[in-house]
Amino acid sequence: MSKKLLAGPYLVWMAGFIIIPLGLIIYYGLTDRDGLFTIANVASIATPEHRKALWLSLWLSLVSTAICLALAYPLAMILRNRGVGRGSFIVFIFILPMWMNFLLRTMAWQTLLEKNGVLNGILSFLHLPNQSLINTAGAIILGMVYNFLPFMVLPIYNVLSKIDDDIIHAARDLGANSMQILVQIWLPLSVPGIISGITMVFVPALTTFVISNLLGGSKILLIGNVIEQEFTRAGNWHMGSGLSLVLMIFILISMAVIAKYDKNGEGSAF
Amino acid sequence: MKKKFIAGCLAAFSLAVLLSGCQGQASGEGTTGANKNDSSETGSDELYVYNWGEYIDEEVITQFEEETGIRVIYDWFETNEEMYPIIEAGAVSYDVVCPSDYMIQKMVENGLLAEINFDNVPNVSQIDPAYLDMSKAFDPENKFSVPYCWGTVGILYNTKRLGELGVAPPSKWEDLWDERLSGEILMQDSVRDAFMVALKKNGFSMNSEDSSELEQAKQDLIRQKPLVQAYVIDQVRDKMIGGEAAVGVIYSGEMLYIQEEVANLGLDYKLEYVLPEEGTNLWLDSWVIPKNAKNKENAEKWIDFLCRPEIAKANFEYITYPTPNKGAFDLLDSDLQNNKSVFPDMDSLTNCEVFRYLGDETEEIYNDLWKEVKSN
Repeated sequence: MSKKLLAGPYLVWMAGFIIIPLGLIIYYGLTDRDGLFTIANVASIATPEHRKALWLSLWLSLVSTAICLALAYPLAMILRNRGVGRGSFIVFIFILPMWMNFLLRTMAWQTLLEKNGVLNGILSFLHLPNQSLINTAGAIILGMVYNFLPFMVLPIYNVLSKIDDDIIHAARDLGANSMQILVQIWLPLSVPGIISGITMVFVPALTTFVISNLLGGSKILLIGNVIEQEFTRAGNWHMGSGLSLVLMIFILISMAVIAKYDKNGEGSAF
Repeated sequence: MKKKFIAGCLAAFSLAVLLSGCQGQASGEGTTGANKNDSSETGSDELYVYNWGEYIDEEVITQFEEETGIRVIYDWFETNEEMYPIIEAGAVSYDVVCPSDYMIQKMVENGLLAEINFDNVPNVSQIDPAYLDMSKAFDPENKFSVPYCWGTVGILYNTKRLGELGVAPPSKWEDLWDERLSGEILMQDSVRDAFMVALKKNGFSMNSEDSSELEQAKQDLIRQKPLVQAYVIDQVRDKMIGGEAAVGVIYSGEMLYIQEEVANLGLDYKLEYVLPEEGTNLWLDSWVIPKNAKNKENAEKWIDFLCRPEIAKANFEYITYPTPNKGAFDLLDSDLQNNKSVFPDMDSLTNCEVFRYLGDETEEIYNDLWKEVKSN
């Protein structure tokens, strides 16, 4: 009985902030302005503009996920091998920027990358050619990698730090070289962390609209931007919800992948 | 020593976090006064105000509260489109709101507004009749709205940068299609404003519903897109001051701030504002009272208070958007009165139009075309 009482607040939370909003999105997504059932909102993903935005989002988030993985795995390795004391301090340093508002950090990148920005100031001082990354797809990828890298590092680090040193020693005793240890021991054992990291980077990157707005100069339309515009500018909540439903399919797929590879929840970030 | 350093870093970081937290809150919805829920049944001593961000001198709110004993609950919105569903749903019943022209028309047409009892707003006589005439475009009988700020949309240009590029200062919208300005143009990131530029350039009405005119405007915007550095809204101001771009489409109200800022920073270039020859958007933001307002009389007191010349002047000095208040205008320095980029001559506005609400279907067409431009 008392256990049920304790669960009460969470149930209210879940109902109020997850289930009801989700139900509303489904309702809006499947009705038109007159409240009649329609699948036109969901089907509108097939229009050339929406399709293009979706492909571009998929492409950019795939690229940034790959870059995140390439950067995060070696880093997680280093952190693990540093041992508890110093390693956790570095992890702490890594999490530190996350205390600052994500929006502010992205805006800071804008100032850094601008034509007369900080980075170009330094480059001209050193008589190096200026960069012109701002308002391009490259800037968006940079923003995604910067913002989501910790979400890749932490789950991989968590998994790696649980791998027993003795396993590695045993492999070495049995004559495996470093490459073999990496491919046959480290990688297979860290799959749950990698999968969890990939979904934790891929899903927010796929749905972002802030990064593309701030660093893409609103010139590059991602599916997140389309949805945001439908809600805030066009006032068409029905189409916005319909497109959100389409995006949810991708999120469900990644959840299914997690469930398959990370049965014990080992790879969760926190 | 090392520990102290780390502790210092931590302190600095947490301070930064705290500060950024505060900033985040200040730029979101702000409420003055206490909790919303402890309202009295009659509601006669409160007023729910819904206004644009940074669109009032905060001192004015305090003064109103002190003078009338009415507690003001003040919320902000960022776009008309964001404000509309909130008023429509009536979840929070605001007593007085400050939308723009075409949105007022939409609210009138959908029966969301109450007629203002002008017996309670004697200071409306301070409003220059010219602006009441202008209001007739969206409020034909001047029954629902009282003008608060107005202005135009024009081109801001950086004299030095244009000189470097060897381009003459712009005088018309057409100049924003000059290939030499590649990567140097800042456009407005909103459907109607962007289409206004393209429609006006071709000599069409910015309230056009003609599909071939709109198609042509869309093609022009797509053609212009490679030249555009970014589509932004409020950032035009800071980017232009920072010398990021040579030309930008901007609301006239920002000019006073820009001119002051350029002088303060001692920049080696000048930023000038021009009203394009083809005509432009003449906009008005006006106070209206929603139908479901609980404190209508307080709302009328509020509007009346804001129409007082001294108060309108204080607001003008804070917002720097031109005031339609004749009394306040007369109180200004002659320098300001003659500043043509803030208060343009009425005859220079002959080609200008006021945005009209075109109905949901046409708005949807605009939105679809804009999406095509953006995804191209």
